[in-house]
Formats: sequence, structure tokens, C-alpha cells
Amino acid sequence: MSSPNAAAATGQMVEIRWHARGGQGAKTAAMFLAEAVLEKGKYGQGFPEYGPERRGAPMRGYTRISEKPIRRHCMIENPGIVIVLDPSLLDSPAAGVTAGTGKGTVFLVNTTESPAFIRDKLKVKDSKVFTVDATGIALDTIGRPIPNMPMIGALLAVDDMMTVEELKGALVGQLSSKFSQAVIDGNLAAVDRANKELVSE
Amino acid sequence: MEQKLVALSGNEAVAYAFKQAKPHVASAFPITPQTEMMHKYAEFVANGESTTEMILVESEHSAMSAAVGSAAAGARTFTATSSAGFALMWEIVYIAASLRLPICMALVNRALSGNINIHCDHSDSMGGRDAGWIHLFSENAQEAYDNAVMSWRIAEHMDVRLPVMVNYDGFIISHTADSLHMLPDDAAYDFIGKYKHAYTLLDVENPITVGPLDLTDYYFEHKTSQLAAYAKAAEVVQKVSEEYGALTGRTYEYCEEYKLDDADMVMVILGSSAGTAKDVIDDYRAKGVKVGLLKIRMFRPFPAKYIADKLAGRKAVAVLDRSASFGGFGGPVFTEVRSAMYGQQVPLHGYIYGLGGRDFDLGQVATVIENLKKVAAGGRVEDINLLGVRL
Repeated sequence: MSSPNAAAATGQMVEIRWHARGGQGAKTAAMFLAEAVLEKGKYGQGFPEYGPERRGAPMRGYTRISEKPIRRHCMIENPGIVIVLDPSLLDSPAAGVTAGTGKGTVFLVNTTESPAFIRDKLKVKDSKVFTVDATGIALDTIGRPIPNMPMIGALLAVDDMMTVEELKGALVGQLSSKFSQAVIDGNLAAVDRANKELVSE
Repeated sequence: MEQKLVALSGNEAVAYAFKQAKPHVASAFPITPQTEMMHKYAEFVANGESTTEMILVESEHSAMSAAVGSAAAGARTFTATSSAGFALMWEIVYIAASLRLPICMALVNRALSGNINIHCDHSDSMGGRDAGWIHLFSENAQEAYDNAVMSWRIAEHMDVRLPVMVNYDGFIISHTADSLHMLPDDAAYDFIGKYKHAYTLLDVENPITVGPLDLTDYYFEHKTSQLAAYAKAAEVVQKVSEEYGALTGRTYEYCEEYKLDDADMVMVILGSSAGTAKDVIDDYRAKGVKVGLLKIRMFRPFPAKYIADKLAGRKAVAVLDRSASFGGFGGPVFTEVRSAMYGQQVPLHGYIYGLGGRDFDLGQVATVIENLKKVAAGGRVEDINLLGVRL
């Protein structure tokens, strides 16, 4: 990615594909991010790939972000950014983490391994790889191994589609009707920490 | 009119549109992917944001029966369903239209069984296309919302008094976070207006009979009067859409034209796929290929003359159906469009695509445009084609 803000720089759509297991919050994250960028005056589209909805089953989510209204309604075949919430999916050919990726694709992986290690594992020499220990951060801050919100925090260190403060504002709006202040504070802390602890090469 | 840009799923957007009409009664039974819409609506009621009386029923047959009873009693009424739920309503779907009851229904389009599939195609609504409802289709959450707001005005117009079905693609629209402009509650209600009933079962001073035995002596005359209503309904859809356009800045007609004016080649399509097609059409336009789109918004009453006029003189037309008509000659949209074009020398071919939610991707649109180019150049393509399937 030539600019840290792909959508603004190119006028093109940013297409994000999420890989996760049921229960890790990828559906929520994919849809939440699409809603959150509205605060920034951008258009968002977010949807999961609905299949057998089982906890632990591999699943995908999709987010599109654009300066212009988004018209297409198809799956994302050539993502600009791939976010992996569960590192065990890197070993699963069926999960298709690298499908449709190529030069310039950004990988953001929830892992304790290094970006170089992930690059070798995925065999993606032309891509940028970033890692963050989102599960560890979620356990510390939220008390549960749900890496979705920290991954969005880390994403904002990779692409400044919105600021961390804007994200946190949207997050409070999203969570305040359903969750306790402790849960909200935990998520906000998780976003902050992941944004700072992103590991690049 | 100042309108807030909000991020909602299609289901949430339609729930808001229905709430803004302040309906007296809603009766529905959950079925994926409609469930979330009624879930949202139940939340409005539980939070005191809506005074709608929600009737819990044990099946969709009962949901539609309760809607019929409620509307006949003189209450503003809606329901919602998908797929097999609509199929189970079948008997009462006809009755709602025959009794000229202005019920609004969200039909969140989903494939019919078997095998069991929860994803989008238009088989459910197409199965009900002869039942007498007005069918509106939506490309995205914005259009689903707009159609739902307008549906009340159309259904309740004293010259129409017919049920309206607002179709939007299951998951692709219903479960996708999208952004849309929403009218403020007051403005939406002012547009929709206070409910007026034509007749009510509860007016004991003026008793009426609803749904009596109607045999060889009068049934045909009653059906004839029902048939006459559809021409009027089409006029009202146009009039209400114009008023809505003046209010919101979003104008709707029977169909949307996209880069159609100078197009030699035209794709005819319904629903969310139109958006995907527009992106690919832009790519081809950039290369100088004169291709355009006609998106059918109102499938019933079918605007035959309007469509024939829009397609007149084109070099090639492709009609895309997200449903199959088993044993028929092409899908339902193809059959209608081809019939509307009778007598014109416009080469027309059809596609069946996207059954059971099969992704309608950019490559499939390109395939259609390449075939259109072939036909426009004097080549031949099969009358009926399958798109995006493994053969």
C-alpha cells in the first residue's frame, strides 16, 4: 500500500477480508467497522459469509470502505487487506487466507509470532505483513479471548481510515446500550494497546 | 428535506420504515433471513418506541391470516417473511389481494427448499407473482427503506387498496451493514398519512360481508374488478414515487435507467445485483462499450409498455433471472420482458443466475456483456443461459 490511507489516496475502495472462527467476533467487527467509518464521512459496507454458524468453525467477513457510495454486492475476491483473527487458520488450505491476494496485499494477523515468520508460512513475499497479539491483549483488558476490537485498533495503525479516537467514539456508541462500563473500558483499552503494539517488519 | 445518514442493515432500515407508519398491528412468524427485521421491530415495541400490537402466531399461514383479519377490521397492518414462510402463507396471500386489503409485507428474498438453503434468490416472490400483490424490488438498504415507506401510501390509496410486497435480497441486503438516508419520524409519518379504512368489520351501523361464497354467478365479475385495479395501481406507484422524490431528492420510477440513453446493449435485472452490474458497466463504458442497465423496481403490476419503450431499438438485450421457472421457457422476468417486446426486432436472451445465494460477481457481469457484444455484432447466443454454475 503506497499510502497509509488507501481509500483517500486512491479514491478507490478499500476491501478487507476477515478470517476467523465462529465466536471470535469477526461478523461484529466487519459490520461495526463499516458503520464506524460513517462518522468520518465515508461509506461502509460490511457483511459476513453466512454458513453453518457454529462456534469454532472457520468463517469469513467482508468490509468495504469508500469515499463514494458502494454499489457492488459481491464477495471480495481480491482484498487489499486480509485480517486473520485466528492463527490456526493459517495452516488450513480450506480457510483460503491467501486466496486472491497478491502484490500490495496487507496481512494483519493475530499471533505472537513475528511478521517474518508469518510471511514465510504464508509464502507471500510481495505483501506487507503485520502482527499483533490481539488475543493476549483481549485477555488482559477485556478478560475474554475475543480479538475483534483489538484487531480494529491494530488496523488503524496500518491504515488511517479513521483515528483511534473516532473509532473509540463509535465503539462507545455501539456498546453502551448492551454492556457494562467495565466491558466498554476493557474494549477501549484493548483498542489503544493493539494500536500501539502492532508489530511491523 | 434534511435527512440523517445512518449505518444500518437492510433489515433494520425496513423495521424503521415500518415503525414510522405507526402501524396498529403486526403479525409475523420468524424465518431466516427475515427474523432480524421483526426482532428489531419487537425491540421498538418493548422499548415503548412503537405502540404496534404484535400478534404472536404459530405459523406464517396464521401470520397472514391474522394480517387479513386485522386489515379487514380497519387497522394499518404489516407482516414479513421469507422463502418457505411465504410459501406457507400461500392460500391467504391470494385472499389478502382479493379482499383488497392494504397490507404491507417485507419479503426478504430467500431460495425455496429443497434442499434447504437460507440464501438469496427470487423464487419466493416469483412464485407469488400472480397472487395480486404489488411487488417492489430494492437494490440496497436505501431502496428497501424507501420502498417500505412508499408501500403504505401505495397500498392504502383509495383507488388501489391492494397489498404491497417490498422485496429485498436476503443476507445481501438484509444482513449487510450499509449506509442510507432516513427521513425524520415526523416527516415520514406526514408523508404516509393517518390511516383511513375503506370498510371496517367493526362498524356495526354499516355492516359488510367479507369473504363470502362467490360462485359461477359473480366470482368472474369480482375478478374483473380486481384486474382493473392494477392499471390504477401502476399510476399510483408513479405518483407516490414522484411525491417521495420531491420530499427526499431520491426519485424512483417503475425502472431505474443506468447509462441507458445511448446504450446499444442493455442488461435487465432486479435487486442487489444491479449495483454490481453498474460497477462493471462503468469499466466497459470507459473502454467505449455502449452498455447500459434497466433495473426493474416494480415487477407487479408489470410495466410492459414502459419496458418495451425503454428497450426499443437496442442491438441486444440480456434479461437476468434470480429464479428458475421449472419447465418454463426461461425465468419469469425473461418471459415477461420477451412477451412485452413482441413485435419488435430486438434480439433478446436470458440468464438464470445466483440461485441459492450463489455469488453474482464482477466476472459474471462481464460474461453477460461479452455475450451482448457478440449478439450486437450479429452473432448468436442461446436463448436461455446459466450463469455462475459448475457444469
